Amino acid sequence: MSMTMGTHPAHANAHPAAQANAHRGARPLLEVNDLKKHFPIKGGFFGGTTGQVYAVDGVTFHIDKGETLSLVGESGCGKSTVGKALLRLFPPTAGQVVLDGQRIDDLSAGKLRPLRRRIGVVFQDPFSSLNPRMRVKDLLAEPIRNFGLAKNSADLDERVAKLMDTVRLPRDAVNRWPHEFSGGQRQRICIARALAGEPDLIVCDEAVSALDVSVKAQIVNLLQDLQKELGLAMLFISHDLAIVEHMTHRVAVMYLGKIVEIAPRRELFGAPKHPYTEALLSAVPVPEPGAARERIVLTGDVPSPINPPTGCRFHTRCPYAFDRCRSDEPKLQQTTPGQWAACHLHDLPAEKNPLARGVSATLA
Amino acid sequence: MALLEVENLQTHFRTPDGGVNRAVDGLSFSVEAGETVAIVGESGCGKSVTSMSILRLIPEPPGKLAGSIRFEGRDLLKLSEREMRAIRGNEISMIFQEPMTSLNPVLTIGQQIGEALRLHQGLSKSQAEAKAVEMLTLVGIPAPAKRVKEYPHQLSGGMRQRVMIAIALACNPKLLIADEPTTALDVTIQAQILDLMRDLKRTVGAAIVLITHDLGVVAEVAERVIVMYAGRKVEEARVEDLFRTPKHPYTQGLLGAVPKLGSSLDGTTERLAEIPGLVPSLKQKIQGCVFASRCPYATDLCREVAPALEEKAPRHVAACHYAVKEAVAA
Repeated sequence: MSMTMGTHPAHANAHPAAQANAHRGARPLLEVNDLKKHFPIKGGFFGGTTGQVYAVDGVTFHIDKGETLSLVGESGCGKSTVGKALLRLFPPTAGQVVLDGQRIDDLSAGKLRPLRRRIGVVFQDPFSSLNPRMRVKDLLAEPIRNFGLAKNSADLDERVAKLMDTVRLPRDAVNRWPHEFSGGQRQRICIARALAGEPDLIVCDEAVSALDVSVKAQIVNLLQDLQKELGLAMLFISHDLAIVEHMTHRVAVMYLGKIVEIAPRRELFGAPKHPYTEALLSAVPVPEPGAARERIVLTGDVPSPINPPTGCRFHTRCPYAFDRCRSDEPKLQQTTPGQWAACHLHDLPAEKNPLARGVSATLA
Repeated sequence: MALLEVENLQTHFRTPDGGVNRAVDGLSFSVEAGETVAIVGESGCGKSVTSMSILRLIPEPPGKLAGSIRFEGRDLLKLSEREMRAIRGNEISMIFQEPMTSLNPVLTIGQQIGEALRLHQGLSKSQAEAKAVEMLTLVGIPAPAKRVKEYPHQLSGGMRQRVMIAIALACNPKLLIADEPTTALDVTIQAQILDLMRDLKRTVGAAIVLITHDLGVVAEVAERVIVMYAGRKVEEARVEDLFRTPKHPYTQGLLGAVPKLGSSLDGTTERLAEIPGLVPSLKQKIQGCVFASRCPYATDLCREVAPALEEKAPRHVAACHYAVKEAVAA
C-alpha cells in the first residue's frame, strides 16, 4: 500500500480526506479527492456575488475497474453536480479528479479532449438527450469520428452496427430518427452512444429514473450485462434505493453536498452507520403489504445549501443529535472494514451508539 | 350502494389524423365510502385519464366519454357543467402530481385554500382565512398563520404538496382522487406525505382513489388494487391477495420487475424479470387479450378472444384465460 501511495501523483500532497482513498492496494480507475463545486449567487445593485451555493463541498471517493459505485441522496444533495464536475461539464471549484493516475481536473480543454473518450455518460431523460434531427447512425457515429476511432467508413459502419448489437437493438434501426423509438429504446441508444468511445467508466445520472417499471428492469439488466461483458466501471447516480441495492457494489450517501456514508452494498443496506442512511432506508415504501417496519420519519425539509447548518449538516433533522453535533463537524471515519461514516455517534461507547450493530445482527 | 360506481367507462380521443385513441376502454370498478383503492399501471395505461374522467376534466372534443360514473347514485356524465362545478373540489376533490405547477404562483396559500371554501360553503373572506389556517395546521405545516400569507414559491416541494392536500380536503370531500401524489417528492418527504394521508384518512374519513405506478406506495396505503393495462382493467383484488398471489401474467411481471429493498442481505439480487416488448398502440382496436403480444403464456386463443374478467378467488378478479381458478365460495 505504501508503495502505491508513494508513486501515486494524487497523493503527493494528499489532503486529509484522501485517506479514505489511500487504504487500498491497487490503483483505482477513478479517484476524486475533496471535490468542491460552489455556484456563485449573483445579485445586488452591481450584480456582484452575494453568496455561494455549496452544491458539492468536499467529496472524496474512488471507483475501481469494473466496479459500480452508486451515489444516492435526495434532490439538491449534489449527487448530479458530482457527476457533472468529474465529467468537466463545468470546472470544479477545488479538489482533484484523477483518472487512471492522471489528474484531469486541471487539464486544458485541448488536453482533456482525447481523455473524454474514457468516460461515457447517460442522462436521465432519453427524450431530451438525443438530437431529434440526427439519425441513430449519426448519433452513434459522432463520438467515433470525433475521437478518430474508425479507420475508414466501412469500419465506422461496422462499429455503429456492433454498438446496436451491444444494446440489443436491431441493426437496421440505424437509419431511423429518435422520435421513432420508445423511451426504453431511446435509453438504449443513449447507452450505445456512451459506449461509442470505448470508455472505462460510465456515469449514469438517474439513467433509469424516468422509465416505466417493466422498461426499467430491461435497462437495469442491460447495464449489468454490459458491465460483465465489457468490464466497465460505473458511477450510478440515483435516488431509487431498491434499484441501487440491486445493481451496485458500493454506495456513497450524500447529504447537502457531502458524503455522509460510503460502504459496500451489504454493509450499507444491512447495517447503516449514519442516521441519515438509516432514515433514508426506512422511508422507502416496500412492495409487501403489511410488512412490519419501523419507520423513521424525518421532520422538516432539507436545509438550504446556500447556508448549510454548522457542525454536522444533518443535525437539524437527526433523531440522535447531541450538543457536539451542532458545533463540531464529523469527519468520515472507518467503522467496519470498508465502511466509512461521518457521525459523532461512533466516538461514543458502543452501548450508547444506536448504530453500533453489524450486518449479522440485522440478519439474525 | 357504493360511493362511486364506474361502469363500462370509455374515454376515447380523436387523434389529428382522424383515428381514435382508446385511452380507457370499458373500465368498471366501484369505491365504497371510506375505502382506499389504488389504480396501478405503467404510463399510457389510462390510469390518469380515468381520474380526469371521473371529475370530467377531459376536454370534449377531442375527448369522448361513454358509460356511466355514478357518484352517490347520480351519473356524473349526465350532469350539466354547472352541476359538475358544485361537485368538483367540494364532494370530490383531487391532488395532482406536480405541486410545483398545480398551485397558482400569484395567489397566496390562504387565498387558494379559501377559494373552494368561499365558493362552495359561502364563507366570508375572514372566515375562509381562519379555516385555511386550520387546514394548514391539519396537514402539519408549522407557523400556519404566517404561511397563509405566503406564496407557493416560498414553500418547499413537500410543503406545497401539503398545501395541495389542504385545498383538496378543505370542503370535507367524500372522495379524494390522488394522482401520483408522491411521485415528484423525495423519499423522506414521500414518507411524511404518506403518513399524513393515512392519518387524515382516519380523521377525515374520505374515500381515496390513489393513482400510482409505485407498487411500494400501493402496498403501504391501499386496501384494494386495480391493475390497468392498455386502457383496461386486467386484475383487481385486495392488496394482500394481489401481492401474494397475483393472477394475471402482467401483474406477475410487474411484481417481478421491481427489486426489493434488502435484496443484498438475503442474496436475492438475481436478474430482474423483464416484460419483453412494448405496450400496444391504443389507436388500433385490439383483438383478443391486450397483453397477448407480451405474455409468455399466450396462445392462439389469447390472440383471438379477449378474456372476460372472472372471479379467480374470492374478491379477486383477473382477465386471463389461463389464470388458475381457485374454488370460489358460491
